[in-house]
Amino acid sequence: MYAYDEIDRTLVNERVSEFRDQVQRRLSGELTEDEFKMLRLQNGVYLQLHAYMFRVAIPYGTLASNQLRQLAHVARKYDRGYGHFTTRQNIQFNWIKLSDLPDALADLAEVGIHAMQTSGNNMRNVTSDQWAGVAPGEIEDPRIWSELIRQHTTLHPEFSFLPRKFKIAITASDHDRAAIKVHDIGLRLIKNEKGETGFEVLVGGGLGRTPFIGKTIKHFVHGRDLLSYIEAILRVYNQYGRRDNIYKARIKILVHELGIEKFSREVEEEWQHIRNSSLQIDDEVIEDIRSRFIYPAYEKLPHMPDELRQAAADPDFEAWRKNSVAAHKNPGYSIVTISLKPIGAPPGDATAEQMDALADLADKYSFGEIRVGHEQNLALPHVAKRDLPALWKALDKLGLATPNVNLITDIIACPGLDYCSLANARSIPIAQELTRRFANHELANLIGRLHINISGCINACGHHHVGHIGILGVEKNGEEVYQITIGGRADESAALGNLIGPGVKFDEVADVIEDIVEAYLALRERPEELFVDTVKRLGVEPFKERVYATR
Amino acid sequence: MPLVNGGKIADDSFVKLAVDTPLPEDGDILVPAERFLGEADALLKRAGKIGVIWPNNRDIAELVPYLGKLATVALVFPSFRDGRAYSQARLLRERYGYRGDLRATGQVLRDQFVFMLRAGFESFEVKKQADAEAFMQTAKRYSVFYQPTGDGRITALHRRMQLRHSEGVGT
Repeated sequence: MYAYDEIDRTLVNERVSEFRDQVQRRLSGELTEDEFKMLRLQNGVYLQLHAYMFRVAIPYGTLASNQLRQLAHVARKYDRGYGHFTTRQNIQFNWIKLSDLPDALADLAEVGIHAMQTSGNNMRNVTSDQWAGVAPGEIEDPRIWSELIRQHTTLHPEFSFLPRKFKIAITASDHDRAAIKVHDIGLRLIKNEKGETGFEVLVGGGLGRTPFIGKTIKHFVHGRDLLSYIEAILRVYNQYGRRDNIYKARIKILVHELGIEKFSREVEEEWQHIRNSSLQIDDEVIEDIRSRFIYPAYEKLPHMPDELRQAAADPDFEAWRKNSVAAHKNPGYSIVTISLKPIGAPPGDATAEQMDALADLADKYSFGEIRVGHEQNLALPHVAKRDLPALWKALDKLGLATPNVNLITDIIACPGLDYCSLANARSIPIAQELTRRFANHELANLIGRLHINISGCINACGHHHVGHIGILGVEKNGEEVYQITIGGRADESAALGNLIGPGVKFDEVADVIEDIVEAYLALRERPEELFVDTVKRLGVEPFKERVYATR
Repeated sequence: MPLVNGGKIADDSFVKLAVDTPLPEDGDILVPAERFLGEADALLKRAGKIGVIWPNNRDIAELVPYLGKLATVALVFPSFRDGRAYSQARLLRERYGYRGDLRATGQVLRDQFVFMLRAGFESFEVKKQADAEAFMQTAKRYSVFYQPTGDGRITALHRRMQLRHSEGVGT
């Protein structure tokens, strides 16, 4: 994990005191709500249906155990004892009081956590692969570069009032766990023929009401030029991005309207002016950031210890291990994903007690480190294989060992109408009902990898376009209606799902999903063919026929 | 609307001219971009300082031939949400080498001061009296800056490099 130095700490503290002053001016009436709105949004504070919602950044998804404990403390002291992990490596608290916010931020600042730019029309929290630094075959740890970008984008004097929000994601593995193709800028870390680090740069991806898959704007930008190239993209966007219509203000619309060729020419021209400026990064700067990332001192351990061999006799343990434990770059260790999707519960929620207990488990079994993924699950990234049985027992007691990672009940959902003032329809109750329908682990396993994504409005916070099955709630004549798409995906082969047919009512959604799954089980060529591959092979039609035949 | 210049509330010597206001004999004037470009030669011959009000959706490069003769360039924030003039300011300072006064106009509020200073603004038509009075205090709010801009403030990265090198001495 990255350890703040005095410089980082000073900045975060200065930001807290600025926000304290802003809240004070709002409470005294010196600031109007309109003026304050932008200021609070720059610091992750939304006004929701029932209360203020507070979104805290977990840059590139890396948390230290003391940071997780502090999040638990905030949940307990200022909220209702739980937090909600989002699809962009943030955590949200839904019931916080405005007057408490400065203190909550000050508490978080003590452990190097902030909420800067987790909302508003600025550069948002930089996200990355939750397995960064531990995934086998990774080119190098993308978090070094993520941290460089995090610093560069924090309180940027030119780009804090963009036409619209701006999201950057970065990956360094073949398998893209960071969804870079649906970000405003997606960065794929690669090496050139000289072995130097650089990036394939994608631009203009995004979901929302007009979804686009990002396009490659440059095949290789050298690491030393990364900041100047990003700055060039931002400068073109800041000047030419549309500001007349909020729904057309994202960079994806500018790229679409200009065309990628013209857009990239504009960026190239701008970049030539600034690439040899003080934005150029030398190796020493990268080394300095790298030196403040703390890496575990791994032991040389067997990849098949006795503890694991013995535990294999327990079918519950085996079910969990096969589902939630992934290979680590060091053969004596594993990456353990912790499902925050227990049957019947809102996806992504964790209680303060669970967070505290997980922090303890991270200290005991994972060198004090926890990761947060965009699928709204957590991970312990450095677990010795001999410790897996003990860890599983402890997680099971906490209700955190549901073996459903990547299965049909591992649902991504936005908060929906239960919390959100933008939503048109409920999301969480749909997710809860679906987890109950597919609660049988053998059935879920038989179905295999299948991602369901649910959004309660067209803003697509639940990323429904890229769900293998996407569910979008809309409002029609005062009723909640759900549009269902199939065949989307968010990984390196990112694609948008296709509509399967007319929208259905709230009560019918789970039935329709069951029908889709039944159709898949009948249509797949062999058990290994994933749902999304069957859809790719056959298209929407055969599914549509089966689902709507009886409706 | 109070003007802050050099960190203090100051008198504004400039009179703003509309597109069709008759040209005063002397005195300092601020002229809209359209009129300035149309009458540049006549305007520049006049006694008194001249400044131009440049809209945020017009290419700032058009102003380059005149930069040496302008006493001030006023950039516009129609709303504090509209950040285009930050880019224009940095281009004027950092690319086109403009050294004259750079003025922020429009919806200029306290919480933008630091960003504006970093982008190269020197004077500010501040919307609220209380904000203008709090200028100096607000400008000092931050001591750490992550990005290099033309304002010369040392960035966090460079400070770290200095620390590394000073620690390296004698080892």
